[in-house]
Amino acid sequence: MLLSVENLATYFFLDEGVLRAVDGVSFAVNEGETVALVGESGCGKTIVALSLINLVSSPGRIVRGRVVFQDEDVTQATAERLRQIRGRGIGMIFQEPGAALNPVRTVGDQISEVLRAHQAPTRHEAWRTAIRLLGDVGIPDPERRANAYPFEFSGGMRQRAVIAIAMSVGPKLLIADEPTTALDVTVQAEILDLLRSLQEQHGMAILLITHDLGVVAEMARRVMVMYTGKIVEVAPADALFDAPCHPYTKGLLASIQHLGARNEPLEGIPGSVPDFLSLPSGCTFHPRCGIADSSCAAEFPVLQSVGSERTCACYKVRSA
Amino acid sequence: MTNAGVGAAANDLLLVSGLETHFPFGSRWFSRHRWVRAVDGVDVHVGRGEILGLVGESGCGKTTLGRSILRLVEPTAGTVRFDGIDVLALDGRDLRAVRRRMQIIFQDPYASLSPRRQIKEIIAEPLLLHRLAAKSDIEGRVAGLLGDVGLEPYFMYRYPHEMSGGQRQRIAIARALSLDPQFIVADEPVSALDVSVRAQILNILLELQRKKGIALLFISHDLAVVERIADRIAVMYAGKIVEEGDASRLMTSPLHPYTQVLLSSVPAVDRRQRRGRIRLTGEPPSLVQPIAGCLFAARCPEVREICRQVAPALDMKSAGHRAACHLR
Repeated sequence: MLLSVENLATYFFLDEGVLRAVDGVSFAVNEGETVALVGESGCGKTIVALSLINLVSSPGRIVRGRVVFQDEDVTQATAERLRQIRGRGIGMIFQEPGAALNPVRTVGDQISEVLRAHQAPTRHEAWRTAIRLLGDVGIPDPERRANAYPFEFSGGMRQRAVIAIAMSVGPKLLIADEPTTALDVTVQAEILDLLRSLQEQHGMAILLITHDLGVVAEMARRVMVMYTGKIVEVAPADALFDAPCHPYTKGLLASIQHLGARNEPLEGIPGSVPDFLSLPSGCTFHPRCGIADSSCAAEFPVLQSVGSERTCACYKVRSA
Repeated sequence: MTNAGVGAAANDLLLVSGLETHFPFGSRWFSRHRWVRAVDGVDVHVGRGEILGLVGESGCGKTTLGRSILRLVEPTAGTVRFDGIDVLALDGRDLRAVRRRMQIIFQDPYASLSPRRQIKEIIAEPLLLHRLAAKSDIEGRVAGLLGDVGLEPYFMYRYPHEMSGGQRQRIAIARALSLDPQFIVADEPVSALDVSVRAQILNILLELQRKKGIALLFISHDLAVVERIADRIAVMYAGKIVEEGDASRLMTSPLHPYTQVLLSSVPAVDRRQRRGRIRLTGEPPSLVQPIAGCLFAARCPEVREICRQVAPALDMKSAGHRAACHLR
């Protein structure tokens, strides 16, 4: 097992109260596999990602749990050790590639800098490697483009450059947080192709964080569904899309618009995602749920096995 | 006769032909002859009570087209006829009178509602500006409009920050409805919303069409959403419409190579639905340099010599289905 997250909780201590952004999350990622963490905006999925590399900043803090990466608890690592883990073991790419790049330095410089920080080759070697990496991520004419500034790149090219930086240190795990959300659909398809081919070549695991179930279906073998800071369902991707178990997953699947469904009724989930500072009692989904009863308001259900490799946190599903 | 005449019917509510919106850029003092051709010769029509979906990728000019029709930006050439009225020729009071009948809903309900004003004021403002309601009637009118978008009357006493994204977008719709328009431009109205609440907003828009007969120009980058809601679809690329037709026909048998690429790029949840991917190379053309020939030629997987020399017209290829392509 490459990564094991055990009962992770990350809270934000605000004037208005304690915001439980991640509240008792456990999961594992195996070597070379692609796992998706799915949920709507504000469900805590990005905070999970930041917690994995111990990048949560004040007023947020990991309050309990362990993040074990290659037999080492990241939450207990020293600053120096963390820097090494981030550099050699875990790479990360974000939604907004423009924000991840320094606007006043060339793309080649920024890749070289990462290489020199973690592997310390000579300046010349680092530059050569940077050019090779830019070529690997599909940037045409990399010798020339290495001298370009981020603003001279399109959104898709910037995301390729960020992927080159993440790949520069040969990560075992790539955390991709909404990597294609800011991109047009044709560019998204290219970036997903690129991630798949890099994974085939280098064998890294990918933790794909997204709200887009279409992207999940294209990429992931396993899916974890998150709602209000908790994982409510885990399943192999095919099984999840064929027969979702949790009412929230069902609602989410019914909500997505897919091509060729012109004459089907438009369904969604009633209500809206609750505010973290005033979460409903018990199962936080119960006010929006079609099958909830009074017992659902008492306590949050734990994840229980509902089949091979499948877990679900729902009283109703369990008793069925 | 321009192409707008083809396929347009006499009872069309909106008839746009040869519309151009070019923005000047560069130095004001030395030369002003560099232009961004954001909208470059567009012909579209929208029937009464019809939903026209306008799809395209970022920067293709779809938002500028929507705003040009309402004259929120000034077109540089072409005509916009709304219910027979030449909108571009109007000014002052006449323009205001037409604007009452044409409204817009924006993408981001967090940016489009004033944070300092109560919902009641936000919704009632157009009514008061156009002197369509007395102050004493306002609460009743606002309550009715809130009902149209599925919100209880007590929401009129709230402020935008107390509401979710989906509720705010309902408020934006209620405000647009306050003047009883015949036509609404909805510019990416669900793109900023959570997936699970998008259907609520789409259903409200569909209901407005069915119950009130309101026509919509529904602008979106999301093909699946457009397929669900639109009667007809127009596909825009680099400032021009490249294909237009009946929604189900266009989605099941797209003609233009660009439309085919767009459709094949949409990720499919159903693994059986995945078709062979067509991948694009390169980027959309510059909107500054005029290009001879087809704007898509540089990226088109099927490009031929003629495509680089002659710009294809948006021609009728079969009943109710137009495409701008030499090869079809």
